Amino acid sequence: MDIKARIKERFQDKIIHWQENSARRVYFAIRKEDLVEVVKYLFKDLELRFAIATGTDTPDAFELLYHFGYDEKGEVYTIRVLLEDKAHPQIDSIANLFPGAEWIEREIWEMLGINFAGHPNLKKLLLADDWPEGNYPLRHKT
Amino acid sequence: MSHRIIVPIGPYHPLQEEPEFFQLYVEGEKVVDIDIIIGYNHRGIEQLAETRHYDQIPYLVERICGICSSSHPYAYVLAVEDILGGEKNVVPERALYIRTIVDELQRIHSHLLWLGLAGHFIGYNTVWMWAWKYREPVLDMFEMITGNRNNYAMFKIGGVRRDIKDEDTSVLKKALDELVPAIDMFRGAIMDDPVIQARLKNVGILTKQDVIDWCVVGPTARASGVNIDVRRDEPYGVFDKLSWSVIIEKEGDVFAKTIVRILEMYESVRIIRQCVDKMPKGEIDANIKDIPPGEGIGRVEAPRGECFHYIKSDGTNRPVRHKVRAPSFMNVASNKVGAVGGTISDAAITLAAVDPCYCCTERLAVIDRPKNKKIMNGWDLIKLSQEKTERIKKGIEK
Repeated sequence: MDIKARIKERFQDKIIHWQENSARRVYFAIRKEDLVEVVKYLFKDLELRFAIATGTDTPDAFELLYHFGYDEKGEVYTIRVLLEDKAHPQIDSIANLFPGAEWIEREIWEMLGINFAGHPNLKKLLLADDWPEGNYPLRHKT
Repeated sequence: MSHRIIVPIGPYHPLQEEPEFFQLYVEGEKVVDIDIIIGYNHRGIEQLAETRHYDQIPYLVERICGICSSSHPYAYVLAVEDILGGEKNVVPERALYIRTIVDELQRIHSHLLWLGLAGHFIGYNTVWMWAWKYREPVLDMFEMITGNRNNYAMFKIGGVRRDIKDEDTSVLKKALDELVPAIDMFRGAIMDDPVIQARLKNVGILTKQDVIDWCVVGPTARASGVNIDVRRDEPYGVFDKLSWSVIIEKEGDVFAKTIVRILEMYESVRIIRQCVDKMPKGEIDANIKDIPPGEGIGRVEAPRGECFHYIKSDGTNRPVRHKVRAPSFMNVASNKVGAVGGTISDAAITLAAVDPCYCCTERLAVIDRPKNKKIMNGWDLIKLSQEKTERIKKGIEK
């Protein structure tokens, strides 16, 4: 069974939205509570490679995208999670599943102010130590 | 109980061309832990990209790195073309070939640069001097094809900005013919040298599992037996039409990483030769005017590994979000396992073996501004420097 079918079958009650922009670009949305379970399945069971995560400040929510590469077929699977509580954005960390996610969560935390619960080492990555508290460069000014 | 001390390397250190800070926790000779502190070079490019229109961004992103300055604009245009329906459906055939040639020339110059630095780090300065000597003709090829030695300004959405002239292709081929014996020399000098083998084998090992856990990419991953290469896995340009192979080594030590990079240069030469022979005539630009709303991902195998760009468009002339992930972002973090457990004398070459991104060299010329006349060129400066050396020598002899 191909990867698309396996993901769909495994998480049929968890996938809110499934979208294939092209044969090699799949985006699917899930709830933030299910993130760790889905990432674990993609990374450990399907052995996809974690490419990176993208955080975006949108008018209604913070949007987090987790990009995974399926290198055998050259496909990219992107998990989309919306954090609707813009005052206190928080999501579970995936850095405990594999250390390759540590840095990007630190970056999103300092750039967008999203808290990653359970992150082993949540401190500044790129910004200076004396960067003013509560000032997040990638948040859009409203 | 052994005594633990901290040895700082950086943020500004003679061995590093770029600011980055490694704190080595050392017990005796042994490195037991490492803190990697980065951010000294943060320029806010993702945020800047949201304030530029689509045609300006290639110029911005090629300044992320002076060495892979074609990978970032290439990954960016691929991301935008992903929104438009894919590179192969948008870009004219000839432009695909030109893109591939620029991409591979860049790999040769980058690997030669790394080889020189690696030689310098282990005290083998002859390799350093020779590698950079043979890198010069590659930069000259860039100057001939693109007009620049670095920051080539070749890429645009829907094509390339400059065509390769027919008369230039023979010069390019000749330069490649002359480059191959130089690579042969490096292969011999490094693979057959027992001293280098003793110095680099079993040093800074990344196991296959480490590579997977730390999501490492590029030659660093391929040296540990992980068979990934974007050029083959998701072919862009014309990589699917050419015959070449992905270089894999199993050992995961610094020696294996060196071998992968040296052998990859041969493949790059093969690729460019085929491109020059097969390149069709025709348009080089599709003249794209508007970018529709949507999301796109572009991936390029930079000399250091997968370069990843994500673009979100709302249909205006600027992207809503532009995410950039350079390969070093994943690779440098893996030093946490590569350097720990080794000795402190191995740390410098282990940290350098992932080929972290350095800013590139610049050519020097002194200009008389009011008359706009060149009064000194590179040769004059070399002469000046040699004269100075002579003066110093005479001073010592006295």
